[in-house]
Amino acid sequence: MKIIQIILILVLSPFLSGVINRTKAFFCGRKGSPIFQLYYDIYKLLLKGAVYSSTITWVFIAGPIVSLSAIILAAFLIPFGGEVSLISFNGDIILFIYLLGLGRFFTVLAALDTGSSFEGMGASREVQFAVFAEPALFLSVAALVRLTGKISLSEIFDTINNSCWAEYSPVIFLVLGAIFIVFLTENSRIPVDDPNTHLELTMVHEVMVLDHCGVDLAYICYGSAVKFWILGSFIVSIILKTKHIGWGADQLIFILAMTVLAFIVGLAESFLPRLRLLKVPHLLIVALALSILALTLTFRGFK
Amino acid sequence: MLIKFIIIVPFVFGLVSFFINKDFWRRALIVVCSAIHFFLTGLAWLNRPDSGLGDWFFLDNLGVIFLTITSFLFLGASIYGIVYLADEKRKFDDEGKNFSREAIFSGCFLLFLSTMTIVTVSQHLAVLWAAIEATTLASAPLIYFHRTKRSLEATWKYLLICSVGIALALLGLFFLSVSNGSNQGNLVLSNMIQTPQGMNIVWLKAAFLLLFVGYGTKMGLAPFHTWLPDAHSEAPSVVSALLSGALLNCALLGILRAYQVCLAAGLGSYCRDIFISFGLLSILFAAIFILGQKDYKRMLAYSSVEHMGIITLGIGLGGQAVYGSLISVIGHSLGKAGLFFVAGNIFAYSKTKTISEIQGLINGRTYYLGLFWMVGFLLITATPPSAIFLGKFVILKEIIFQGRYWIVFIFLTALALVFIGMARIFLSMTEGVTDNKNPNYSFGLRFFVQILPTTVFFGLIIAIGLYFPAGLKQQLETAAKMLGGF
Amino acid sequence: MILLIDLIIVAIVLMNLMMLSSSRIRTCIRIVAVEGILVGLVPIIADINSITFSAIISSFFNITLKGFVFPWLLYRAAQEANIRKEVEPIGGYALSLLLGVILFLIATWLSTRLLYVKPLFSNIVVSVSFATFFTGVLIIVSRTKAITQVLGYIVLENGIYLFGVSLLAEQHLLVELAILLDIFVAVFVMGIAIFHISREFDHIDTHNLSELKDWIKLKQE
Repeated sequence: MKIIQIILILVLSPFLSGVINRTKAFFCGRKGSPIFQLYYDIYKLLLKGAVYSSTITWVFIAGPIVSLSAIILAAFLIPFGGEVSLISFNGDIILFIYLLGLGRFFTVLAALDTGSSFEGMGASREVQFAVFAEPALFLSVAALVRLTGKISLSEIFDTINNSCWAEYSPVIFLVLGAIFIVFLTENSRIPVDDPNTHLELTMVHEVMVLDHCGVDLAYICYGSAVKFWILGSFIVSIILKTKHIGWGADQLIFILAMTVLAFIVGLAESFLPRLRLLKVPHLLIVALALSILALTLTFRGFK
Repeated sequence: MLIKFIIIVPFVFGLVSFFINKDFWRRALIVVCSAIHFFLTGLAWLNRPDSGLGDWFFLDNLGVIFLTITSFLFLGASIYGIVYLADEKRKFDDEGKNFSREAIFSGCFLLFLSTMTIVTVSQHLAVLWAAIEATTLASAPLIYFHRTKRSLEATWKYLLICSVGIALALLGLFFLSVSNGSNQGNLVLSNMIQTPQGMNIVWLKAAFLLLFVGYGTKMGLAPFHTWLPDAHSEAPSVVSALLSGALLNCALLGILRAYQVCLAAGLGSYCRDIFISFGLLSILFAAIFILGQKDYKRMLAYSSVEHMGIITLGIGLGGQAVYGSLISVIGHSLGKAGLFFVAGNIFAYSKTKTISEIQGLINGRTYYLGLFWMVGFLLITATPPSAIFLGKFVILKEIIFQGRYWIVFIFLTALALVFIGMARIFLSMTEGVTDNKNPNYSFGLRFFVQILPTTVFFGLIIAIGLYFPAGLKQQLETAAKMLGGF
Repeated sequence: MILLIDLIIVAIVLMNLMMLSSSRIRTCIRIVAVEGILVGLVPIIADINSITFSAIISSFFNITLKGFVFPWLLYRAAQEANIRKEVEPIGGYALSLLLGVILFLIATWLSTRLLYVKPLFSNIVVSVSFATFFTGVLIIVSRTKAITQVLGYIVLENGIYLFGVSLLAEQHLLVELAILLDIFVAVFVMGIAIFHISREFDHIDTHNLSELKDWIKLKQE
């Protein structure tokens, strides 16, 4: 069963990107690309070869591979549909966050390795955002750990679903707020970054992968799709109260919820303007503030 | 009954004077009201009144001293003030209109008196708080009387800094109420003093600190004194005299009330340390800023900070020093008010507040101006036979008696610095060749009326310094006993 | 109802943070209005089962004054003075937001240091009241427009009020109203001062109010 879950994650991830694009297209009054467009893209890219610049070293080639494998490994740790995740142990939550960090680290290294000024700029922005986003994620998770008294992802989500909502809803709201901002940042969505922009000066994530092509680019595209899924399921697992109707039904509800999340992100992208680059750290500090607040409240406790 | 009158009379007169258009009646009203107030205060000495308002309002030995000072200063200020207003009138163009500048000034002036009276008679600490905040609000328009940019700046700083300070005091008041939780948070003074065993010490300590800092802001203790020089220098001199001589005392009274509660609860030594440290800090701050001062009204303001520091220090030392502090309170109020009156005349004569632009006051036709300026200087810097000398001497005696020589060192050094700084300023203004700046300024009847209160104030300081009446002595001693002295 | 009161209190914290991070004067006024209403609701909701007459009166006056009268006054002042935006504080809004969070932590620490005589309706209300108080002070110190400083004063007062209602249920109604009246007059007088400042200086930036100081003068000598 757990293996099937992982396969579901790996297979369905690119589908969410299609949902977002269709939502945006709908609100723009366009027809939009097919809902399975990302699958076609990845397939097309996998068939291609790769061109490498003469200035690069092995780091550039290792970048996409390492980040994709880190993200897939993180996917093994994330629970799905109220079930226990494939790999679950005490403290897996820390490994989870660091795997995401490792993925980002190698993406940044690969970007720097090209020696291009644009990619260096993108890398510096990415790291600047991460400086705020990562502590925010950590502190939010710490708040959840304090709230539930559990230190493994599966158990945390299970406990939140069963007992915490009624008593600790203010804390959970704060954590959700913080994680949602981190979620948008990590996945380079509006209002932090625009995945569709083609102006190098304003790009963040996209500019870092400009020099990648062929199989490498396929890895990167697929990697970001999986990342969207696992961080999204972080949010969905907190909100969604698992009914335990049956395995199949649980999974179906979860996947539906993920689709709704993708729809909401699409909605946000249609109606929100992108923040000025200088304002982005401010938004991330808001996330940090929310997570600190949540953590403090758990220490103080309610009555 | 008397207490009701003493509060209500200036309040009603103040409200009425907002609506009077005739200058003559309005000015007459100020003087009459102040005189009635002073008369009623005199009656309070003869026969300590019962308020008829329960234990919320009551005139105790401490309150009566502050009330008398306030009332007396207001009487002097009203006499000085009406001449001042008549002089200023020529500059305005809103004569005869409703709510002219002068009407607002007169109204606020009397409301200021009323609110300060409430401060001195209230025994309920929350009422005391409300009254102190009300003094800020009533006096802000007085400071803004000239309606210049600089006076606006001073008013804004005064309003904001004092309001924040008073807000701190409000928080302290709530802390005090929590501390007195076993007594339903009752904030009546006699109640708290009689049953101190129910007080929670931790909350009480925090409460005292907050009240001290809050009211200390209003009292002009360093480092919260920043509004004080601005407000004192930009306000009309008659207002500066009241701010310095009466308002600072009222804030001090707020602190003393909290101190009484702490004393009863056995927190004496904790509070004394706070008093001593802020007192010394204020004296030092004032000494440093007086040295390089260019504006003589600001210099007087810093001198007020210094005196507030000395008074605070004396109360913190306990023993006889409390008695010395109370003498200093009287001496400082009279002396500083007189000096501000003279400063007002100097400003009216020379049209400048800059020290370096004035010289030779004592030579030529400004002889009396220079004379009073110099006498005031000697009195305020505690040259015998000034009453302030008596106060400082008693305080110094107590420090030496307690064997705290490092305080002696700081205290005397700072006093010497203040003396040097002020001597430089006063001497350079009075000595030298007269420049006969303003030949149009007349030293006739108006000047005589204006200098009259100053003469009385200075005379009183010297009189108290030479001969201390037994009645006053007994009054001060009982008040000092209430504050942990003997 | 415990849940509802906790939600309101957390919302007050969020209002503080929003106040620290927004630059538009009108937004700030609205935030303060909402915070005033929330704070005014606390005494009613905290004790929903036994609402006293004095709680209703105090709550009513608070909500009317802080939720409607003050915002209206300040809105008018902002319009007359024609100001829209606050000057960026030193370190930017992000820094003042972070400072706000740090102040909240300090407030929480402080509130744990105190001993409570009787149980409170919420464990966080004291720390939030301190945090609100500190936020008000921070706004007054770090912002330059006179109108924002007045807003800071109201926020600071909200903190004190919250502390009062959480610990002192049996405050004398008369005393409470006297305090409220004082604050009303204070804001009113400050409002008048703002009119005068905007007239004298063309705008209400308190940076202009820096003619009176001693430090510079000392240095020049």
